[in-house]
Amino acid sequence: MKDFPAARLRFTLNGHAVATLVDPMLRLADLLRDHLHLTGTKIGCNAGDCGACTVLLDGRQVCACLIPAGQIEGRAVVTVEGLAENGRISALQAAFLRHGAAQCGICTPGMLMAAADLLAHRPHPDEAAVKDALGGVLCRCTGYRKIVEAVLDAAAGDTVTASMSSDTVGARAEKIDGVAKITGSEAFGADRRPPAPFLSLRVIRSPHPHARFALGTTAALMAAHPGLARVLTAADIPRNLYGIYPTGKDQPVLAEGVARYRGEAVLALLGDAETLADIAERDIPIRWEPLPPVTFADAATPEAAQLHPHAPGNVLCRGRVVAGDVAQGFAGSAVRAEIAVTTSFVEHAYIEPEAGYARRVGDRIEIFACTQTPYMDRDELAGILGLRPDQVRVIPSAVGGGFGGKLDLSLQPLLSLAAWLTGQSVRQVYSRPESMAATTKRHPARIRAEAAADAQGRLTAFRFDGDFNTGAYASWGPTVAGRVPVHAMGPYRVPHVAAHSAAFYTNDPPAGAFRGFGVPQAALAGEALMDQLADALGADRLEFRLKNALRPGDRTACGQVLGAGAALVSCLAALRPAWQTLRATAARRNEAASGPLRFGVGIACMWYGIGNTGMSNPSEMVIGVTPAGRVVLFSGAVDIGQGANTILRQIAAEALGVPAAAIDLVTGDTDLTRDAGKTSASRQTFVSGNAARLAAEALRAAILRAANAAPEARLAFRDGAILVSHDGIETRLAPAAMVADADADGLVLRGEGRFDPPTTALDENGQGIPYASYAFAAQIAAVAVDTALGTTRVERIVAAHEVGRAINPTLVEGQIHGGIAQGLGLALMEDYVPGRTENLHDYLIPTIGDVPPIEVILIEEADPLGPFGAKGVGEPALIATAPAIFNAIADATGVRPTTAPCTPDRLLALLHASTSETAR
Amino acid sequence: MGLYLRPETLPDALSALAAGRYTILSGATDHFPARVLATPAEDILDISGLAELAAIRIDADRIWIPARATWRAVIDAGLPASAAALVAAARGIGGQQVQNAATVIGNLCNASPAADGIPVLLALDAEVELARLGERRRLPVAEFVLGNRRTARAPDELVLGLHIPRPAGPARSVFEKLGARAYLVISIVMVALAAEFLPDGRIAALRAAVGACASRALRLSALEAALLGRFPDPALVAAEHLAPLSPIDDARASAAYRRAAALTLLRRAVARLGEPEGSPT
Ligand SMILES: Cc1cc2nc3c(=O)[nH]c(=O)nc-3n(C[C@@H](O)[C@@H](O)[C@H](O)COP(=O)(O)OP(=O)(O)OC[C@H]3O[C@@H](n4cnc5c(N)ncnc54)[C@H](O)[C@@H]3O)c2cc1C
Ligand code: FES
Ligand code: FES
Repeated sequence: MKDFPAARLRFTLNGHAVATLVDPMLRLADLLRDHLHLTGTKIGCNAGDCGACTVLLDGRQVCACLIPAGQIEGRAVVTVEGLAENGRISALQAAFLRHGAAQCGICTPGMLMAAADLLAHRPHPDEAAVKDALGGVLCRCTGYRKIVEAVLDAAAGDTVTASMSSDTVGARAEKIDGVAKITGSEAFGADRRPPAPFLSLRVIRSPHPHARFALGTTAALMAAHPGLARVLTAADIPRNLYGIYPTGKDQPVLAEGVARYRGEAVLALLGDAETLADIAERDIPIRWEPLPPVTFADAATPEAAQLHPHAPGNVLCRGRVVAGDVAQGFAGSAVRAEIAVTTSFVEHAYIEPEAGYARRVGDRIEIFACTQTPYMDRDELAGILGLRPDQVRVIPSAVGGGFGGKLDLSLQPLLSLAAWLTGQSVRQVYSRPESMAATTKRHPARIRAEAAADAQGRLTAFRFDGDFNTGAYASWGPTVAGRVPVHAMGPYRVPHVAAHSAAFYTNDPPAGAFRGFGVPQAALAGEALMDQLADALGADRLEFRLKNALRPGDRTACGQVLGAGAALVSCLAALRPAWQTLRATAARRNEAASGPLRFGVGIACMWYGIGNTGMSNPSEMVIGVTPAGRVVLFSGAVDIGQGANTILRQIAAEALGVPAAAIDLVTGDTDLTRDAGKTSASRQTFVSGNAARLAAEALRAAILRAANAAPEARLAFRDGAILVSHDGIETRLAPAAMVADADADGLVLRGEGRFDPPTTALDENGQGIPYASYAFAAQIAAVAVDTALGTTRVERIVAAHEVGRAINPTLVEGQIHGGIAQGLGLALMEDYVPGRTENLHDYLIPTIGDVPPIEVILIEEADPLGPFGAKGVGEPALIATAPAIFNAIADATGVRPTTAPCTPDRLLALLHASTSETAR
Repeated sequence: MGLYLRPETLPDALSALAAGRYTILSGATDHFPARVLATPAEDILDISGLAELAAIRIDADRIWIPARATWRAVIDAGLPASAAALVAAARGIGGQQVQNAATVIGNLCNASPAADGIPVLLALDAEVELARLGERRRLPVAEFVLGNRRTARAPDELVLGLHIPRPAGPARSVFEKLGARAYLVISIVMVALAAEFLPDGRIAALRAAVGACASRALRLSALEAALLGRFPDPALVAAEHLAPLSPIDDARASAAYRRAAALTLLRRAVARLGEPEGSPT
């Protein structure tokens, strides 16, 4: 045993004296969470790297994961649970709520504690002091700007509870789950445990990217560790293959004889947590025979090992969009440009590592875990376990960040299997390194692209070839290969297009879904070409884009004619003043500069199809009235922090004609809600929003029918009754009296809505209607490059996003800020290297000091198909940022980065190469 | 089960070390991150209860940084300009959570090649004071840090603290850190310079050290010699002065980059020595 004899410990916790007996080397975070049941303090890394566990120790912020219990003897600890004052949330918490400073909320307790330390010692901090104080807490969702605003606001004593005239569509309504997030009461995957006794699960993973292995017998291991209850192998799994696409089920839950990536699961141990922690990796009876790994560089070569029998040449799939005659387009052009771009693996780096538990209830299995897609999980788990889907119940926990990474199954299959086989509850929490090694990433890309324009500055041709590293298994690779060619040429009119993509298997971690599905990588190439063509023509880079921007009535390369709401033109026009000012400022500063700093401004545009590509992706919502007279919205759409719960309720309220506060929400439990589809592809506002709108309209119609009232009648729910008034006449419906008519959901009146965006499948040339709606955006980045060190500081971002209608502007801005921060990371620092950056100090994501002031301009030109005109913004937020930054670096230095991330060493090498070339 | 001791007096701590093998634990900010996936069986001597090793002392001729002084304490101590580099290093360590718990001595004893404190302590000519039961000794930092995570400390020794001499004349020190993001960042390269000045502003004594460019931080004696008797002038820093460095390629940067960046940082640090930021004391 590696623990220490329990010792007496006395300390003060949130003002109360605590006396307890604990292992003095227990981390304070574990003491709080596991022993004292205060789960508001979160664990994101256990290594000091994320700050989610920040608490106050004698009034100063510390990482609770780095404090041994023995050191708090006689001291005072304050956690997020101790922030409330007189039973009410503190002014600081209220400011977080008001500003939408908590998205998923997993970082929020840490942020609040760091801010509490600051404000206690410095009641009137400036922005720099706020950043210094909060610099040790990472947030992957918000882009930090609203957090900074909230802290400054709390310091200013601004307690104005903006007297909300409305909380429906268009209102900056507070998040419905906001209070839970700022008080730490939200239950993420690790925050809820099954009733004791339960088993823990530990996965043994491949240390090699590619290896054959043989399992020995486990008898000795079992004998040496009486607490080891069972060892699971591939042989225990009824159907040991899964995957996103029906035709792409190529991933085993536990590898069978061959491991195809470092971090792949090969064995699972079940037992009590202490026993499992004590088992040394070297005592596991596995004989490894490492094989040469297939890399992205050599996957397509004839010598490369073939990783999957169904994929000759290691090609998972290809995508293609062809329009016009691209050779002719190039032949008739006046200027041409070409580029080659490569990008890295990018890790989602949500602050919540995967966690959850499963339990067997009769002949059903229940799983509580973080997920972005409960229904797909349910069906997939049923397949793996050999059960019927209705035997599986998926209860999503609150999700501490997803960004696509929680669209794939992670710990669910083994947890469910273990609970099914043992009949006991089974719990698992991934460590940070395990989360990073085991789960999916953004696809690395290798892109060659070429574009041309005529003498009038009109684009004539675009050629694109993009290879994507899909890693060991298919995951969402086909989605990337399908989506990229549709978007490759960017949001521009191009008559002649040939865009091809291919996804290659390698012995890298599976690349899956990550905000943008390959489009951010493609945009790095396309937007560089736009700058190069504009420069060749002597045109202004914004005006060149404006001239070529897709407009309503234009035909895309897929042959789709765009409808109203294709408003890139408005985005660019809105950016023009900032563009001109920032350009002039940069020019002035460059002229005055005598040192190594160079200033530049870049612009980039993007478009993004909402929902699945040329595939049905319906959502269904139910809303109804209970006998108690409450309206309940049953939503299967998972809120991963972006605010779907809040938005869908606002939409339903608007359609029903009541305040949002009148509606209760039941979310995302596969036993209680219908399938709303996955939270991905920026689809929940647009697709589920429409379903919620239709459901609420149907309920309204049912109520009006029951009251025999006119369509314009006003509804109110009061004291258990429904009041329907029109022309001074009020009809009163008593839901309690209808209790005999209540349906299986316990509703006496109900409305259902279903929406599936109208699309068509694409033909072999990519022709068809891949999406019902597109979002458009343009962003400007202003940078300062230190040409002696190769470092880039982003000084400012201006982002114009066409969102159709901002259902909740605060949440829309939050999505844009967060997307921009991730785009900044992609551009400048994020580079996942298996085995080398499996933690949050070697894998760098932007901190509060890296995200500059962001000005968001929302363009609202209603989408004819959107709910109240709205469309999605989740992924569009990220796509234009990295290309805008790359273009700004090129503008500042004259050298063009072509490898993401553009780290200081890469940029300095480029700068040196260009100076030595000039010297020659 | 392992032993856990948290003595309240130095003799108790030293007696424990004399009697058995312990892992010394102070702010735990290097200790716990090294045990995320697996924890070795070990006995722990937690020195956080040693109140006598807590207070920083600033005397006329030297500064005493005891074992329990945190980076936060260094920031708050009101150190003289001669030790400004240590304060600058403190502000750049991790985030404030880490600064509040982590100690300078822990940083030194952990002996990471990327430890921000070590080049500063080299430049400040600090001496390490070690104790074992009934015996004390002092070592210059350059002789204490032997390599990547290797020090001259014997298993039964405790580091009591650091003596930093205070020059009699005007003096100033500077620290430059390069990382790939704003906070919570391990240095790609860092440099520290400490200078004493003649009344006319020329350099009377100089120590220059670079970190993260070899298995341990190194002094650059050729550079020190080149600047002696001169006004601080970045043009005096030459690539040859960096010859002792042997940087490596890793996830943070290439070796060639580290060398180039070290040169740039050294030039900037020399330039800052010459800047009139407050008066050197
Ligand atoms: C998120 C994070 C960010 C960080 N950022 C930086 C950074 O930017 N720059 C940087 O340089 N460092 C950084 N660090 C590391 C830094 O916190 C540590 O090096 C710290 O200073 C060590 O002090 P400690 O008191 O926590 O030591 P501990 O972790 O308690 O101990 C460290 C080592 O020193 C030994 N030790 C400690 N005290 C004594 C003593 N008195 N006598 C003998 N041996 C002793 C211990 O046995 C152990 O081997 C970071 C750490 C974290 C977690
Ligand atoms: S959990 Fe403590 S810093 Fe991440
Ligand atoms: S809100 Fe900060 S990590 Fe999600």
